Amino acid sequence: MESVLFYLLGAGTLLGALGVLVARNPLHSALSLVASFFFLAGIYLLLGAQLIAVLQVLVYAGAVMVLFVFVITLLNLNDAELGESRFTVAKAVGVVAVAATTAALLKTLIDAMRARGGLFVTGADLARAHPDTFGTVRAVGRSLLIDSVLPFELTSLLLLAAIVGAVVVAKGKI
Amino acid sequence: MSALAPWHYLTLAALLFAIGGVAVVVRRNALIILMGIELMLNAVNLTFLTFSRFPVALASDAAMQARANVGHTSVFFVIAVAAAEAAVGLAIVIAIFRSRSTVNVDELAELKN
Repeated sequence: MESVLFYLLGAGTLLGALGVLVARNPLHSALSLVASFFFLAGIYLLLGAQLIAVLQVLVYAGAVMVLFVFVITLLNLNDAELGESRFTVAKAVGVVAVAATTAALLKTLIDAMRARGGLFVTGADLARAHPDTFGTVRAVGRSLLIDSVLPFELTSLLLLAAIVGAVVVAKGKI
Repeated sequence: MSALAPWHYLTLAALLFAIGGVAVVVRRNALIILMGIELMLNAVNLTFLTFSRFPVALASDAAMQARANVGHTSVFFVIAVAAAEAAVGLAIVIAIFRSRSTVNVDELAELKN
């Protein structure tokens, strides 16, 4: 049951991501990315990360993507402004580089998978490794506001700086 | 008992990261490059959550329970930084479009000459 859900949600995530890559119209890319984020939130739920799954939908699929869609409709790009998709040597080299990096990543994964001796806690031991409140708002909130309260407060400063910076950059002449 | 191992999630994250990377490298539209960066950040978030769900074995259960939510707080910070990055990035795209009437990064080569 869990595996079936994983493969369905994973396929949706990857198809949405591919849609971002191939769609010519940026609006189609943005909507495809929203779909991908929703599927990814489902994967997060499979991993027991309830709070993060909700944040993924609220912040990513909600706030960030609405911002993207606003900007896309505001710019209202026509065909000439979208430009031709040209093939260049730099692109080919870039794709090869990304493919090689991914192949190295996957090879590392496969090697680790074949290695004997469990590196990870799996199966019945998982229940002992996790507290009952694993991934809930209560547990993650406590962790945020007790163990990492300084970075948490600095985040608000970062967001304030980003808001001011965005307004200044978008209003001013560059 | 779950049939899903960490490798399932990590492979998905690697593929998602690759698609985001290709989007950044291949597409010339600045908006889609930003979306590719978001995809790559999400792949990293998935890895964080996977290593949080399947922790590396530590000495005692208490030690593992104390660290159980560290991956989740890391993802929280990544999401906050990604939101700030998207806001500033989109503001820069708007500013560039107003002065150059293009969002194609190939045509923005003033620093080259």
